[in-house]
Amino acid sequence: MKIAVCVKQVPDSWAEKKMVNGVLDRDGVDAVLNDLDEYAVEEALRIVEAHGGNEEGDANSVTIVSMGPERATEAIRKALSMGANDAILVSDAALAGSDALATSKILAEVIKNGGFDLVICGTESTDARMSVVPAMLAQRLGWAQLTFASSVSVDPAANSVSITRTTEAGVDAINAKFPAVVSVVEKINEPRYPSFKGIMAAKKKTIDSRDLAAVGVSAEPAWSLVADSAPRPPRAAGVKVTDEGNGGNDLVKFLAEKKFI
Amino acid sequence: MSQIFILADFAGDKCTKTTAELATAAARNASVTAIVLAAPGAGATLAASVKNGPIANVLVVESADFATHGVAAAADAIAQIIAQKSPSALLIASHAFGKEVAGRVAVATDSGIITDAVDVAADLTATQLVFGGSTTVHSKVAKGVSIITIRPNSIEADLSESSPSVENLALTISDTAKLATTTSSTPPVKGGRPELTEAQIVVSGGRGTNGDFAAVEGFADSLGAAVGASRAATDAGWYPHSHQVGQTGKTVSPQLYVACGISGAIQHRAGMQTSKTIAVVNKDPEAPIFDLADFGVVGDLFAVLPQATQGVSAQKS
Repeated sequence: MKIAVCVKQVPDSWAEKKMVNGVLDRDGVDAVLNDLDEYAVEEALRIVEAHGGNEEGDANSVTIVSMGPERATEAIRKALSMGANDAILVSDAALAGSDALATSKILAEVIKNGGFDLVICGTESTDARMSVVPAMLAQRLGWAQLTFASSVSVDPAANSVSITRTTEAGVDAINAKFPAVVSVVEKINEPRYPSFKGIMAAKKKTIDSRDLAAVGVSAEPAWSLVADSAPRPPRAAGVKVTDEGNGGNDLVKFLAEKKFI
Repeated sequence: MSQIFILADFAGDKCTKTTAELATAAARNASVTAIVLAAPGAGATLAASVKNGPIANVLVVESADFATHGVAAAADAIAQIIAQKSPSALLIASHAFGKEVAGRVAVATDSGIITDAVDVAADLTATQLVFGGSTTVHSKVAKGVSIITIRPNSIEADLSESSPSVENLALTISDTAKLATTTSSTPPVKGGRPELTEAQIVVSGGRGTNGDFAAVEGFADSLGAAVGASRAATDAGWYPHSHQVGQTGKTVSPQLYVACGISGAIQHRAGMQTSKTIAVVNKDPEAPIFDLADFGVVGDLFAVLPQATQGVSAQKS
């Protein structure tokens, strides 16, 4: 079984983010592996470990696939130190500011030629938060879409995958044959911390860095354009009272004034 | 007049208020057609319930594939409709299903997409609040049909009744949209409380509850509010993950948000700071959540909330 895991390097979710010329300023902030992608890496590793492992000579492998600036190798190393086998990074100056449509196009191009059975993604990145790339990937590849999975089970002998899809619309049981695109929600597992051995091993693992020419596609003009962006004014300071036995009544008075009661 | 299509939004077989919100935004400069995707035989009933909001036409597609092939089948049908009817824009509710459908339609029709808009102007410029609501962005689709998903509860809906004409359209869902099969579906467990992302009022509890949500729930019920929780509370197993508000949970934008025993880490603020009015109850006067509060009470939630619950009930009776 060959599994690809799509990951993104994002600004640390604790960092203050701002827009410069219509795109997120990525230079001024600490960058980390997208939290939600760690669940995808973990799930891929659990799947291969349950079906014969992904050590050298085993039938399975987990490949990290990412698009981003050269320094995205830092986030990729983290995924490799968790136990993935190798990685592909598409990096090209012409891709700066790419939206979900461009990202899904590049990722699909890399994945379709990689001989993968499964692609596993997080549900969204903590910076753009669109949660559309997995669905777009499935559409572009013409593969089955099994997204928002809170559990995944794989039957390699039958070439099939089943998930429990959990969203605000309820819980669905979904299955499909390989190849398929799966996205996982954060409650699916508890991602492992990289071990010292894993961190050392990751330094020797291959990150295959490709530019657009190597992928075989050209950059396209953006599908959507930002007209302007501005920080929202901070909220005006409100009223703060200390409860000395009447705090609840004070709150009720405020809510009544605002016509919430 | 140009044509804008919206995807009628249903909870079970009930048309939601979100449908009227989408129609209200679309009607600013166009005639509105609502797409209804239905199981065979169910189209007429569903279509009849799509009447609130400025809707000129209802377009009904019936197929058994919508239940068994979910997002992919819905997107396939909508992409075919767009190819036939060439609307200028497609507006869809911004929830998991809506965003995924929009994403697939964007790929299929080679159109641009904007998600999580809180407003859409007559010229189809979308307003988004990004980075946890700290930044306002205006953007426009530059290619193809303008595909925009709109957050529920962001636009004041014109709920007046329309009498739209109904058209039935026969389509065949493509084989590539049938690769994943849904074998069973369980609707969400409905308590007596409103849905978190659609609620006008949300009362949330955090670490300060120490696992006891009774005071938070009691106050929420007095206001007819939904109950939310911080990640600290859901990770501790005190409240279901489905109620988590924040960066890795739901984003809410109610008229009133009451944060109880929540310190206000950036991750939580990202999910609630676009709320119109924010009230806070917290023991710690230094808690960062007070920076967002229109009204804050420094005090123990187990003393303040029961008193407030009693006060609200007294005012209502």
